[in-house]
Amino acid sequence: MRAADLLHFCFQALWRNRFRSLMLLFSMSIGVGSVVILTGLGEGARQYVLGEFASLGKDVLVVLPGRKETTGGLPPLTGSAARDLTVEDALAIARLPGVARVAPMVVGTAEVAAGAYSRESVVVGTTNEFFDIRRVAIGAGRALPPGATDRAAVAIVGRNAVEDLFRGRRALGGKVRIANYRYRVIGVLGESGGAFGMNLSDTVVVPVASALSLFNIESLFRVIVEIRANADLDRVRERILTLMTARHDGEPDVTVISPDSLLSSFNDILVTLTLVVASIGGISLVVAGVLIMNVSLISVSQRTREIGLLKALGTTSTWIRVVFLTEAAMMAAAGALLGVTVGQAAMFAARRMYPQIAFGAPAWSIAAAVAIAVGTGLVFAWLPAGRASRLEPVKALTGR
Amino acid sequence: MLRVDGVNRTFMLGDQPVRALRDINLRIDDGEYLSVMGPSGSGKSTLLNVLGLLDRPDSGRYFIDDVDTVSMSEERRARVRREKIGFVFQSYHLVGRLTAAENIELPMTLAGWSPARRREASASVIEKLGLTERARHLPEQLSGGQRQRVAIGRAIVMRPEVLLADEPTGNLDSRSGDDVVALLETLNADGITLLVVTHDIDLGRRARRRIRMVDGAVVEDVREDA
Ligand SMILES: Nc1ncnc2c1ncn2[C@@H]1O[C@H](COP(=O)(O)OP(=O)(O)OP(=O)(O)O)[C@@H](O)[C@H]1O
Ligand SMILES: [Mg+2]
Repeated sequence: MRAADLLHFCFQALWRNRFRSLMLLFSMSIGVGSVVILTGLGEGARQYVLGEFASLGKDVLVVLPGRKETTGGLPPLTGSAARDLTVEDALAIARLPGVARVAPMVVGTAEVAAGAYSRESVVVGTTNEFFDIRRVAIGAGRALPPGATDRAAVAIVGRNAVEDLFRGRRALGGKVRIANYRYRVIGVLGESGGAFGMNLSDTVVVPVASALSLFNIESLFRVIVEIRANADLDRVRERILTLMTARHDGEPDVTVISPDSLLSSFNDILVTLTLVVASIGGISLVVAGVLIMNVSLISVSQRTREIGLLKALGTTSTWIRVVFLTEAAMMAAAGALLGVTVGQAAMFAARRMYPQIAFGAPAWSIAAAVAIAVGTGLVFAWLPAGRASRLEPVKALTGR
Repeated sequence: MLRVDGVNRTFMLGDQPVRALRDINLRIDDGEYLSVMGPSGSGKSTLLNVLGLLDRPDSGRYFIDDVDTVSMSEERRARVRREKIGFVFQSYHLVGRLTAAENIELPMTLAGWSPARRREASASVIEKLGLTERARHLPEQLSGGQRQRVAIGRAIVMRPEVLLADEPTGNLDSRSGDDVVALLETLNADGITLLVVTHDIDLGRRARRRIRMVDGAVVEDVREDA
């Protein structure tokens, strides 16, 4: 039998029972569609988190105030420490061997205004080292005053913030009010991505000492440490911990994390989550498979006489089996196609709703879902098709 | 040429053996016209099924063109069936979802012939059967006589050597029955070996060779000399 004739013959048989075939097709498409959607959501979330962290380099350590008791898992990103992490601590870390530079950081939100316009903005207090570590260039104007103790009322403003506040007016040399303190704009940030869920384009950067008094706090939010290219990350981590313990009266009350390891554990968690969720979707594929088996068994017993006739016309058992397997595979493939279409449409809609997250099932998961669907169809139709192929021609012809 | 040598076929009905064929010996030459008659349950259909390779004898030998078929694999038997044998059944056995033309083309489709070749072969058969106007109809839209003609078309479209008909007029009124018989006899006149199982004495008498079966055995085998 020619392939085109086989497909046509099977299609006619499926069309004869179109309601039944459609129901099967839908059950298959639900399975495939849910796998596509679930992996698409999971993959989108993973890409999002990866993107957020990716702008921090490999050779970076982050020192947070507060101690995480157990190792493993996620450290406190917003810890409340017993003891302050001070600018002096940061400067001491900078003097450790193996450390290239440090950037102390204070982060808070405040109302920022320029003339008639105002917006809520993230305000980052730090030093010039921050720009080097994050590899962000000052797009226009100049850098912050050197050192970590200058309380100058100057600010470097991100691009979006400039647009919102100055609306085409010249920002450089202008004034912004941050929580009613007046700051002079000395620079505008260049292009930058986001990190830790923070887009620098929307932030206002001020000297770290200014930020401490602006927010009226003593403790740094974190210290970002860039290590020297030839230094060992773990050794430097140990040195930082020893130093901080000594400086804090023998209390090891800081946490040192490397974004890189954080990233890989995040990645592991999200990949696992995606797989688990996808295999839950896969269960519905098995349900569809069981349906295919039952429907094929019914079909074989309803078409006993036809099978007898095909044998009388000289069709071999192998071909009878092929016919029934093809019918199942066609239904599964059509269902899979529909499922992929629906899933992709859902991903498209999700991207429209949340443009910042790249939802989309990876190609491997789509291929796997389609392959598993067709495979399931074949596996579950194997038994009914085998039963059809073994029917004795005479008995089948008389419907026995 | 078909040759049956000491063929037996026994069925088990519960634990009761039924000897459907008892030591059958037959030789059927090319182009013969045979009728097989006998009471119900005498083994006529069983003989036809054995001759058509749909059933395997329990013992004995069966040669088609001097090739032993009993020892053949199922796949080979299917191929011989396809190439040399055409069946016509009492209940037509048309595929309901296929049109008359598609039913006639079915054996060629199954054999992997190209659509062009199929159309060519079926066109002349459809014309010969007087089904030109009905070619695109489904079986349910055809009369019994037309259905049986479609079934005959399907049986002969691949030009088999032997045509086996099991009560081909059993479901037809006498007029359509006569049409079908006339058609079968034309085919025989063209050289096909024709074997008709029937309860109809008039039809049975038309054959040049008449076989009578009782209880699975051939009790009479008469040839009418031309
Ligand atoms: N598959 C089977 N299983 C059990 N017994 C069978 C089977 N096929 C036929 N028989 C028996 O074998 C005997 C011959 O049956 P067969 O169908 O050949 O008779 P027949 O001459 O064609 O009868 P009829 O004129 O009624 O069609 C019968 O007794 C029948 O019951
Ligand atoms: Mg019979």
